[in-house]
Amino acid sequence: MVELCGVSKHYGQAVALHTTSLTVPRGKTSVVIGPSGCGKSTLLRITVGLVTPTHGTVLFDGDLLTPANMQSIRLRIGYVTQHGGLFPHMTARANVTLMARHLRWDDDRIQARLEVLASLVHLPAACLERYPLRLSGGECQRVSIMRALFLDPGMLLMDEPLGALDPMIRYGLQEELRSICRELGKTVMLVTHDMAEAAFFGDSITLMRAGTVVQTGTIQDLVHRPASEFVQSFMRAQRGLHEWT
Amino acid sequence: MDMIRQAWRCSIVLALIVSVLTAPSIAQTVRIASKKFTSNVIMGEIAHLWLEQYDLTATHQAQLGTTRYLWDALLEGDIDIYPDYTGTLLEETLVQMNLEWSDLDSVLTTFGFGMSVPLGFNDPYVLGMKEARARELDIHTISDLARFPELRFGFSNEFMEREDGWPMLRITYNLPQTQVRGMDHDLSYRGIESGSIDVMDLYAMDAEVIIYDMRPLEDDSAYFPAYEAIYLYRLDLHERFPTVPGFLDSLGGTLTGDIMRTLNTRVVQDRVSESQAASEFLGGEFVLESQIVLREETMWSRLWQHTTEHLILVVISLVAAILLSIPLGIIAAKRPRAGALILGIVGVIYTIPSLALLVFMIPLLGIGGPPAVVALFLYSLLPIVRNTHAGLVSISPPLYESAEALGLPAMPRLFKIELPLASQSIMAGIQTSAVINIGTATLGALIGAGGYGQPILTGIRVADTGLILQGAVPAALLALLAQGVFTLAERVIIPNRHR
Repeated sequence: MVELCGVSKHYGQAVALHTTSLTVPRGKTSVVIGPSGCGKSTLLRITVGLVTPTHGTVLFDGDLLTPANMQSIRLRIGYVTQHGGLFPHMTARANVTLMARHLRWDDDRIQARLEVLASLVHLPAACLERYPLRLSGGECQRVSIMRALFLDPGMLLMDEPLGALDPMIRYGLQEELRSICRELGKTVMLVTHDMAEAAFFGDSITLMRAGTVVQTGTIQDLVHRPASEFVQSFMRAQRGLHEWT
Repeated sequence: MDMIRQAWRCSIVLALIVSVLTAPSIAQTVRIASKKFTSNVIMGEIAHLWLEQYDLTATHQAQLGTTRYLWDALLEGDIDIYPDYTGTLLEETLVQMNLEWSDLDSVLTTFGFGMSVPLGFNDPYVLGMKEARARELDIHTISDLARFPELRFGFSNEFMEREDGWPMLRITYNLPQTQVRGMDHDLSYRGIESGSIDVMDLYAMDAEVIIYDMRPLEDDSAYFPAYEAIYLYRLDLHERFPTVPGFLDSLGGTLTGDIMRTLNTRVVQDRVSESQAASEFLGGEFVLESQIVLREETMWSRLWQHTTEHLILVVISLVAAILLSIPLGIIAAKRPRAGALILGIVGVIYTIPSLALLVFMIPLLGIGGPPAVVALFLYSLLPIVRNTHAGLVSISPPLYESAEALGLPAMPRLFKIELPLASQSIMAGIQTSAVINIGTATLGALIGAGGYGQPILTGIRVADTGLILQGAVPAALLALLAQGVFTLAERVIIPNRHR
């Protein structure tokens, strides 16, 4: 579905991302993981066009991502960030329906879609009328996921979507999010720093370090066939991983 | 977008209102103006009432400015008549031409000006001291001053600079004093009363000579020329209002020195209006065909008039400033290089002293409302541009990216996301501008724009604190009101995010 072909990102002398190629297969969940500053977010942001790569290209469904088709391709991508990125001056409802209203969907269609998504993410109806400041962290992320899914995009890009939540809420939401992704058959690219979460979600996991991909494979591959010493120590540093192996 | 369109519509309507209010068919009106001191204002008012006596429509812009200012206004055709003095014309305005008395009339003709028959009194500059201080030092003449180098002089700014003022006087009398300050003429009296200066320039006719118990020093070297009071008018009055020059001449010789000093005292000490003093003179001196009807202005009607004038200045300049500043602020935020330039320029404009800016506007836009509005407009730019810029660049990057990643194009993103997020900062900028604007607009009175500055100006001139407060208090209240209105507007425009 998405192919990153030899992309890299330099900021002057500093290299945020060395030349990297990555394929995200349709209908699968690909997780990018690594310590902070390893370039995983840069990789994700290149995919949605927020960062223009210094070298290399992005193919979306076989189409080359260019400034000209960026807007239309973004409509086919749902994007969720760590803090939800909800606009504080709009109610949850206005946040969720922003793009549909911009695209002039009629009211009935918007309302119908809203109800479907609210029940999908288990958001109480009252929350829709509130401003983000009055929503809990978990509710914010549910709203954010609704917003990302509203136009029914083929692909979901999520940058630490659950990173800012309490462990309890996070645990519950992980389950829900995974079932949503599977149920809807979306292609998902998820960035996290938590290997347990990566293992829970990922059909394939890409481990990055200092702007380069160290290994791509299943959780089994990473545990049992580590490509380097770094992979081994990274895996060891994640507690409680045995549940998944 | 709707808001902007509405703001446009409002400003157009306002501009129409102003043009109607400020231009009461100039063609049919004789426009008189006067300088910023009491006897000149009274002379202006005498001409005003005198012409109205003959059923002419006349306006009088009292205390419009200095000699140079009125001369230029007369030249530009902004006014038709103002009272002046032969000495001033010969020794100051036309000093470079080195004229004799007899040349004056013909030279004025080359400017398109005519001069009325002298009114009767001579109002030369003299130097004066407090009677008690003069007695103590035994000073009677200007020559006597040379013996006291430590004396402090406070001269009107005009006197400091004009050719026949301090520079030549110092040479003629060989005066050694070094503590010489330029200050507002009306404030000099305060200075001499409080003892912060010893000697000041004054007009022989000033009522303050009596009120403050001043001793005019004898001009023993006959330095100061005669200052015959006359009306200076545009010669085109002969075509536009053929009777007016004759009416002005008919006042000739009637306003003697004693009468003038009495009228000055009536205004400064008895606190009657200049109109009242002028009408007393006309009524006493002439057998009038009809009783002069003074439009007796109550404090409330004056307040209403000043409020209207002030509001017009503020609202037009502020609305225009908002309409330009917000787009400039947006450009500044989106294009950092252009932004540095924009912020630099509006910053520099803001540092120009307001008085200087007002005066710069006069050659371009004449006198009255328009130059004041433009000056206020320029002043109002900086806070709004700066706050719009600051509001936009301080939006958190994740929110910015969030809007971009949604696929919302640049324009809807600006209007639906970025401007609303910056709106609190923008509103704060507008509020700051409004308050500054309301305060600065009081200076508009200096160039004939009216407003709350008018009573302040008059109050300073006649040393009437009550009158100063009549301008200062409403201006302060208006500023508070503006604060309140904007706070309320903010609540309406910006949704409560804690619902």
